[in-house]
Amino acid sequence: MATRTQFENSNEVGVFSKLTNSYALVAVGGSENFYSAFEAELGDVIPIVHSTIAGTRIVGRMTAGNRRGLLVPTQTTDQELMHLRNSLPDTVKIQRVEERLSALGNVICCNDYVALVHPDIERETEELIADVLGVEVFRQTIAGNVLVGSYCSLSNQGGLVHPQTSIQDQDELSSLLQVPLVAGTVNRGSAVVGAGMVVNDWLAVTGSDTTAPENLVVESIFRLQNGKPDDISHNLRDTLIETYS
Amino acid sequence: MSNYTQLDQSANGGVATVLCCNCGTPMDGSTGMIMCYDCIKLTVDITQGIPREANISFCRNCERFLQPPGQWMRAELESRELLALCLRRLKGLNKVRLVDASFIWTEPHSRRIRIKITVQGEAMTNTIVEQTFEVEYVVIAMQCPDCAKSYTPNTWRATVQIRQKVPHKRTFLYLEQLILRHNAHQDTVSIQESSDGLDFFYSQRNHATKMIDFLTAVVPVKSKRSEELVSQDIHSGSSTYKFAFSVEIVPICRDDLVVLPKKLANSLGNISRLVICSKISNMIQFLDPFTLQKADLQAPIYWREPFPSLCDIPQLIEFIVLDVEPTGDVQGKYVLADITVSREADMGINDNSYYIRSHLGGILHPGDSCLGYFLENSNFNSDLFDSLNDSNIPEVVLVKKHYPRKSKKSKNRNWKLKRMAREHKEIGGNDDSRQAKQDQERAERDYELFLQELEEDDEMRQAINLYKASAPARQADEESEMFDDEDAPEIAIDELLDELDDMNLEDN
Repeated sequence: MATRTQFENSNEVGVFSKLTNSYALVAVGGSENFYSAFEAELGDVIPIVHSTIAGTRIVGRMTAGNRRGLLVPTQTTDQELMHLRNSLPDTVKIQRVEERLSALGNVICCNDYVALVHPDIERETEELIADVLGVEVFRQTIAGNVLVGSYCSLSNQGGLVHPQTSIQDQDELSSLLQVPLVAGTVNRGSAVVGAGMVVNDWLAVTGSDTTAPENLVVESIFRLQNGKPDDISHNLRDTLIETYS
Repeated sequence: MSNYTQLDQSANGGVATVLCCNCGTPMDGSTGMIMCYDCIKLTVDITQGIPREANISFCRNCERFLQPPGQWMRAELESRELLALCLRRLKGLNKVRLVDASFIWTEPHSRRIRIKITVQGEAMTNTIVEQTFEVEYVVIAMQCPDCAKSYTPNTWRATVQIRQKVPHKRTFLYLEQLILRHNAHQDTVSIQESSDGLDFFYSQRNHATKMIDFLTAVVPVKSKRSEELVSQDIHSGSSTYKFAFSVEIVPICRDDLVVLPKKLANSLGNISRLVICSKISNMIQFLDPFTLQKADLQAPIYWREPFPSLCDIPQLIEFIVLDVEPTGDVQGKYVLADITVSREADMGINDNSYYIRSHLGGILHPGDSCLGYFLENSNFNSDLFDSLNDSNIPEVVLVKKHYPRKSKKSKNRNWKLKRMAREHKEIGGNDDSRQAKQDQERAERDYELFLQELEEDDEMRQAINLYKASAPARQADEESEMFDDEDAPEIAIDELLDELDDMNLEDN
């Protein structure tokens, strides 16, 4: 299921929210519309938490997380940390990370098994990611961009990368991540797919500018269709990659 | 109303990796494009900031277009100048690259100008789109300030009225050339021809003063200023005046025969009283043709006690030289000689000949014809002449050499002069066509005489600008001419100037 929403007239949904298979973080906004969009889809399945990180609303960019854990930057206040601890399920580990590149959402892109990280990230952080999130960590770039978190959107089913990623890069990343990847855009041609959408294994939320073809790509690669999950996505991917390569 | 042209066809050549975000067409994502060309063409309008309608102002009277802020420019319909002007009027054209522009024909009376413009611009990253569109200009008729001024009376602040009370226009023709040469007419609002002279109108008083200064430097004049109160503000103490400068040129021209008053002749170095005016600059130069004595008369001194000339050029008659005996006295170009002449009219009728002394000994040879005043059979109504001692009066005073010319020659000059544009003032509502024709003929005759005089006198030529005539068809007549006036002086081509710019008033 892929839905479209907006955070206070901004289409960059991935900036103001974080969605994983076991919880969702949502920025504190002027209205509850944004929260409602998540609530309508997720209901009582996973907890949806209103929060700020280091006093900012850009929770999606400041944090990195998956089903097992959540990494927050050092600037996160004790109160925020306590609020998160109280709100999130006990199985989710929360860890402050002492990292110079503090916008963790921009430098880390992960699903429940693997993570791509910024090439310049500290070794301690890398170990922390592996421990807390329980993932294999790869230092990578996407289409020459070091901000892997911004230019890649990843779930356990598949991944969407920057539109300029070459076929070779996609193949290489795909073999690392062990999920199918496709290049694409969200929000009517925006290349920052990581910031423009959030996704978990059964839900994708994109900005409201996202066009139908973009949504189709999102639904296909993340296997979000209810009716016939595999046919179209496989066919589409085959058409895209094999026919033209 | 716009169509698009695709510039780069390579979009379909690469490997398709992404779907167009708008229509889902597979396309190459590595170029950085996120939308296929077709979608870009459909969704992006690079001409967004450019208006499709604009106004241009046009003065119906002088048929010029306004080029903001204040310049009025003459431009033909569908000309390059007009296109440039139209494009300059279009805002937002600097944000895109102009590739092509052309006129679409429109009916001129519709007061519309339509232009097709092709522009290139960056639509999105790495995408250049070419787009063609039409702009319609409404030609708004208005009156330009120059025309408005010309229709409004009392726009001039000062006028210079130049007068010379002689029956011909030679002085003014010469003065016109001097004015043109020195660009002294630059600030004039208008120039009007009236009887006996010219009126120059100026918008500011100091322009008129400048003109007066110019005139006093080149011709012997007397000027008088008068002013008329136009309006007065008693509260601020300011008032506006109109100034009229009356300038009178000495009514003595070159080659006139003059009898000087006795006192004046004494003060001019005891020159003989019967003299020829040999040169006019800012003073008058007299020459005694019998002794070669010269005297200069300053204009103020003349105006203290003005006197008329005795004979002027229309009274010259033709003589044939029979014999020349130089006396040996030479001064400059003048050579004193005893010359025997007889009237051209008498040739073959009687044997009357006159043995006289003249300053033209250097250029006259037996058989030549020359012009002179025939005093023997003349009656003068002049007190000055009457006061002369009768026994000293010569029968003939020779003035200049005469070159017989065929009338055809005048049309084949290889040089020409510029003229000033001027208005004719209708005097007393006179629309009698016969008199107008006579005036016209007289003006033409004066002009022709002036041109001949220029050809004969190189000193006079140096003061003014001559221009090359635009290649008249002379070859046909050349043969017949060769026999007739090989004698007549011609102006060498290296004295002539190329006509660079048109200095007519209407362009200023």
